Order: sequence, then structure tokens, then C-alpha cells
Amino acid sequence: MEAASLVFIINIIGAGLRTGTPLLFATTGELLTERSGVLNLGVEGMMLVGALAGFAVSYNTGNPWVGVLAGMLAGGVLSQLHAFVTVTLRGDQVVSGLALTFVGRGLTAVLGAPYVQIRDIPTLPTISLPFLESIPIIGPLILFPLFGNQNVVVWLGFLLTPFVAFYIARTRSGLNLRAVGEYPAAVDAVGMSVAKLRYFYIFIGGVLAGLAGAALSLAITPLWIEDMTAGQGWIAVGLVIFAQWNPWRAALGAYIFGALRRLPLDLQSVPWLPFASNPILGVWLSMIPYLFTIVALMLTSNARSRKRMGTPAALGIPYVRGERGL
Amino acid sequence: MKKRTLWTLLVAMTALLFLLAACGGGQAEEAPAEEPAPAEEEMPAEEAPAEEEMPAEEEAAGGETLTVQGFAGEQTVTIPTVEEGMTNVAFVYVGPIGDGGWTYAHNQGRLYLEENGDNIHTAYLESIPEGADAERVIRSLARQGFDVIFTTSFGYMDPTATVAEEFPDTAFIHLTGQKKNDTNFGNVMGAMEDMKYLAGMVAGAKAAEDGSNRVGIIAPFPIAEVIRLSNAAALGMRQTCPECEMDIRWIFTWFDPVLEREAAESLLDDGATVIITGADTPGPVQAAGDRGFTGLAYDSDNACVGLEDVCLGVPYWIWGPVYLDIVEQVQAGTWVPEDFYGEASDGMLGFFGFMEGQEPYPSVPESVIPEVQDMLDKMLAGDFTRFDIFTGPINDNQGNVVIPEGTTLTQSDLEGLSQGYMDAFGIEGREACTICMDYLVEGFTPTAEIPPLD
Repeated sequence: MEAASLVFIINIIGAGLRTGTPLLFATTGELLTERSGVLNLGVEGMMLVGALAGFAVSYNTGNPWVGVLAGMLAGGVLSQLHAFVTVTLRGDQVVSGLALTFVGRGLTAVLGAPYVQIRDIPTLPTISLPFLESIPIIGPLILFPLFGNQNVVVWLGFLLTPFVAFYIARTRSGLNLRAVGEYPAAVDAVGMSVAKLRYFYIFIGGVLAGLAGAALSLAITPLWIEDMTAGQGWIAVGLVIFAQWNPWRAALGAYIFGALRRLPLDLQSVPWLPFASNPILGVWLSMIPYLFTIVALMLTSNARSRKRMGTPAALGIPYVRGERGL
Repeated sequence: MKKRTLWTLLVAMTALLFLLAACGGGQAEEAPAEEPAPAEEEMPAEEAPAEEEMPAEEEAAGGETLTVQGFAGEQTVTIPTVEEGMTNVAFVYVGPIGDGGWTYAHNQGRLYLEENGDNIHTAYLESIPEGADAERVIRSLARQGFDVIFTTSFGYMDPTATVAEEFPDTAFIHLTGQKKNDTNFGNVMGAMEDMKYLAGMVAGAKAAEDGSNRVGIIAPFPIAEVIRLSNAAALGMRQTCPECEMDIRWIFTWFDPVLEREAAESLLDDGATVIITGADTPGPVQAAGDRGFTGLAYDSDNACVGLEDVCLGVPYWIWGPVYLDIVEQVQAGTWVPEDFYGEASDGMLGFFGFMEGQEPYPSVPESVIPEVQDMLDKMLAGDFTRFDIFTGPINDNQGNVVIPEGTTLTQSDLEGLSQGYMDAFGIEGREACTICMDYLVEGFTPTAEIPPLD
């Protein structure tokens, strides 16, 4: 019984790591964009573009890594549309972000049509670590089932979070990033370009969203299907708020979310647990990301909770030199 | 002045975008040349009116636009226009036509209709949310002058019924519901349970060959249709493998690639070696294949393209002939609305790998092929129907008798038309079920259960 429950838990955590990875990429990207003061609701669109570009290029070149690069680039390029509208034209960030999602969905629907029937594409490799099994006790029980056969993108995710956390907190460029999101006038005053910085971090956000999409279409669910992200871009937007703009919490949130989607499936096979007492099943589970997003948006629209949550002070506000405020 | 410059820029940018999108469309049409995908070639880019547009975008010449609440917040839908002098047929789809599943199969039916019918013009709207938005979309189509409107998801039932009242001269056909009227509103469904029974037969034989004796099935929603199809699969499985057990995962969605795949992983972790999916994507088959096992996909005949080695078959829909039949009757003025429930012998169902001109996939156990082929032939000839599948004695998975020996379920029983259900949806003129479809048959593991629908 104990061994069985350990296997049960390990299965769920393992699935959380696997399916949480695309979310982690997208969430981290959106986090960086938002730390620079720009809200980009186009994550879903950029993920789709990244997923299709990754899939198509991997199919046509035979190299999944070229596909990943193409996916990242495609996400980055699409994001520059948002940068142009919100930074150069100082347009409304919410409207522009939504538009980006529509563009991404529409574009991939049309361009992706010939790829719907293609399934045998070069995918990203799984990294086998058989030596983990030889570590006494925890090896075969925990380490190997969790890490022994994970896709390479999962490991990429493990590396990304510490890197981004270090970058934001400990580097000169990270300081600039925080400054442009908190008090862009100061950045302007020392002679740096607010616009350039924001363009750059919107691009990085797009690149990571594109990577998230490519991770889906080349590793986690290696298929191209219209709308295959099925709302994950929105979950990423919500997770940034849950993470309070902290990359470690973003990673935690992404993995928890992945595990939360697997948990109710596995609970269905637990004999002593009837459905009636399985509260996170069904519509409630499918509602979580959206409830999450609504609550998060409510929290951040209020000035006091904004401050408490650690929202970048200039988030959502276009920068105009000399204008009062931020 | 400044504001005007900004606007000019914005408009120019939008225009550029659409130019880009249009170029993209061109590429999409070229691409099939390298990978044969005949269906896509027939789809001219301008026939995809439901494509989302930027909210700021002004309406192009042609139909009316509507804003509906889609997956990603609001989306703009352009109502297509009719062609004078032709029979105009519109389709409302719940998913994208590129889903490779349910909506894809319907769109194949639409293309068939356009190709094989006389003087027929078709148009479609994809990814239309069920409910109030659907009603506005359907009403706009009717107002636009479409002669026949097909709505292809259960949740369009009430919206279609409402609009049908308002436009008595338009024919409305709803799919997978139970409502109709006497003049211009009918419904269509088919006995997919036949094909799922065959899927179960193949799956059982394969699980026996694997030595696991365990089949896993992915069930989208706890509704009568899904329960019926899952039960048919379990009964089929028991035909070829009396010792086999079927495990089940409810996923509460028709389309979510990651969740569908995780459901398969969950079943595989619990010892299943054959996965049957009732949802839209072939991801579960892929998941099984990645572990060296096999699976069966659903919905459209192309679902297992590229997965031939690990796929055992696909129960699929053939909508074209049914559509054509209805539209031709409308053209001739002889169409009378009905509760049409097609059988395999009506030509609307297929089991890929065993239909005429098809070869069973290489992983299908040799020994079971003649048995499955034989059963399929009987079904196509009308000698074995859904009523034969659901004839007693059949127990539930707790060992209680649900269908006594010699008893055959009625159509209402199969559709789970309880009095409560009919009251809730306002369905009239149908008999209530007596042995309602609310049980899992013997063959499912004793711990399998049907969750509440909430």
C-alpha cells in the first residue's frame, strides 16, 4: 500500500514536471515582459505560432532543434507587433495583446492546415539516465521515475529558472529591467532608452512563448492541431500574477498546475474514493485556470493589492517622457 | 494631428498584417504538394470566414459581423454570404476544421456535399461557442438567406430550435440532439456504438496478445452518448477476450491535447496496454506507441495517419452521403424533419482498416481479423445493429443484472432519455427510457464509475 501510494505520488509529480514545462517557458517569458512594464495578453497566440513554426520546420528540415529555434524566432517576431503598438504607438496593451492572440490563432489555422495530418516528425529527444536507478533506495523509487526518462525540454526548464532568477536579481541588465518596469523615468534620466528595453523584453517574452509552443508540438504532445495550446497561454498569464513576478514561484506554479491536471485522472482509479468526494474533478478543474486569472486580474486592478502583490509599478502604462506619474 | 498619424499607422499596419495572412494562405495551398493532403487543396482561403480578426479591424465587404465570446475572449465572426440561384447550405462547427477529429470529419462531409451535389453552395463557421452566441450566429445565417443550416454539436440544440421557429422557410438540421419539429427542424445521429464495438473486439484481442488483459478507454463527458459508446467497446472487448478488463478515465473535455495524452499515461501507468480514445486528438495513441503499446483513435478516417505502426483502427464518421441525401430532399421539396439515427448499413459509419479498399494496421492481431471483418460485414448489411449489441443478458460492472436475458434496449434506452432529461431540455414526443444508459457494463473494472455531470 505504501509503495503504491508512493508510485501514485511520483506519477503525478512526474507528469507535473512534464506538462508544466511549456507553461514554465511561457510564464517566465510573460514575467520578463511584465517586469519591463508591458502586459502582453498575446501569449496564447505566440505559443501557437511557435508550435506551428517548430513543427513545420522540424518536419521540413528533419532537425527538431532547428524547429525549436524557428518556433522561438516566430514567437519573437510576432511579439514585435505588440511592441510596436504598445511602445512606439503607446496603444492600449490589453487590446493589442488580445489582437495578438487572434492574429496568432488565425494565422496558424490557415498556415497549419497542411500539417494536421502529419504525425511522424523528428521530435526532441528524451534523456535517459539509467544510472539514477542504481542509487540506493531513492534511486529506483523516486529519482529514476521522476528524472530518468524526461524529455530534454524538461531539463531546459530546470536550467531556465535559476538563470532568469539570477539575471533579474543579480545582474546589471536585470537591474535595468526592474527599473524600466518600476520607474521608467529614472531609466530615461540616466540616458537609456525605455523603448529599446521594452522592445527587447517583449521580444524575449515572445521567444519564450514560442519555445513553449515548440516544446508542446515537438516534445510534450508531438502533433500539430489547430488551437492545440487549448488555453495554456491564458494560464501562463494567470500564473505570472500567482507568481507575484518571481521566477521561482512561476516555476513552482507551472509544475503545480501540470500536476493538478494529472491528479484527478489518477484519483479516478483509487477504489476507496468515490467520484462524489473528488471535488477537483470535472468542470471545477477546467474552471481553475480561468477562475485563477479572474481573481488575479481583480487583485491587480486594485492599487493597494497591486502594491502588496509586487506588481511592477509601471505595468500597463505607456511611457511618455515628461508626463506626470510614471 | 498626431492622433491622425497614429491612426494612419495603425491602419497601415493592420493592412500589412492581412497581406501577410493572405500570403500565408497561398503557402498553405502550395504546401500540400509536398505532402498529399487532398482535402486542404479544395479549401479556398476566402472560404474561411470564421477566422478571427483584430477587433479594431473594419468589416470587409460582404457579410455581417458578430462578436462572440470565444476561447480567447471576444472574437469576430463574419457571416458568409449566399450565392443567388443556388441551394445555400451553411454549417456551424464547434471546433476548428483543423482539429483532425470531429469537426474535420464534418468538414469532409461538407466538401463531399459541394462536390457531389447539384447547384449547391456551402459555407461554414468554425469554433462557434455553444449557447447564446450560437443562437445569434445561426439567426444571422438564416437571415442571410441560407436554405439549409447544419449545426453540428449537442450544445446547439436549443439555439437551433429557437431560430427554427423564427425562420419557417429554412431547413435546420441539428446533430447529436433529440429535438425536432414537424416543419423545418430535424436531427441526425448515427450508431457509432457499432464501430466502437469493433474497436473493443480488436482492443481485447490485442490486450490478450500483450498478456496484460487490460484495455484503457478515455471518456470525454459522463453523458449517455459517451457511456453508450464506452459500453459498446467493453462488450466488444469481452467478445474476443472474456478475461479482459477495461479501465476508464473521464476528462471532461472533447479537445485538450495535453489532458488527453495525460489520461492515456494515467491508464498506461495502471497497466493498460491498449488505449481507446473517445476524444478528438490521436495523442493517446501516440502515448501508447511511445511505450511500445497500441491504441485506437476516433472521429475521422485520417486520425491515425503517421501512426500506422501503433494504431489498431479508427471508428470514424462518414457524413457526406447523409448530408447530400438531406439537401437533395430539401431541393426536391420532399424533406420531412425526423429523428434520423443512421446505422452502419446507412453508410455513415466506418472502422478504418477494415472498410472496402483498406488494410488492417500491422499491429492488429492476425487471429482477430476474420472475426472483426465478419462482424463489420454483418453490420454493413444491416444484420447486426446497435440493438443486437445491447441485448441481454448484460450485467453492470458491480454484477447486477441491468438488461435481463431476452430483453433488447429501445432507442430511448440507448439515448438515455430519462423523463428528467427530457423535461430539462424540453424534448417532446419521445418515450422515456426504462433501462436508461447510466451504468457501466461488465467488462469495466469494478472500481470504474460514472461521475456526476455537475
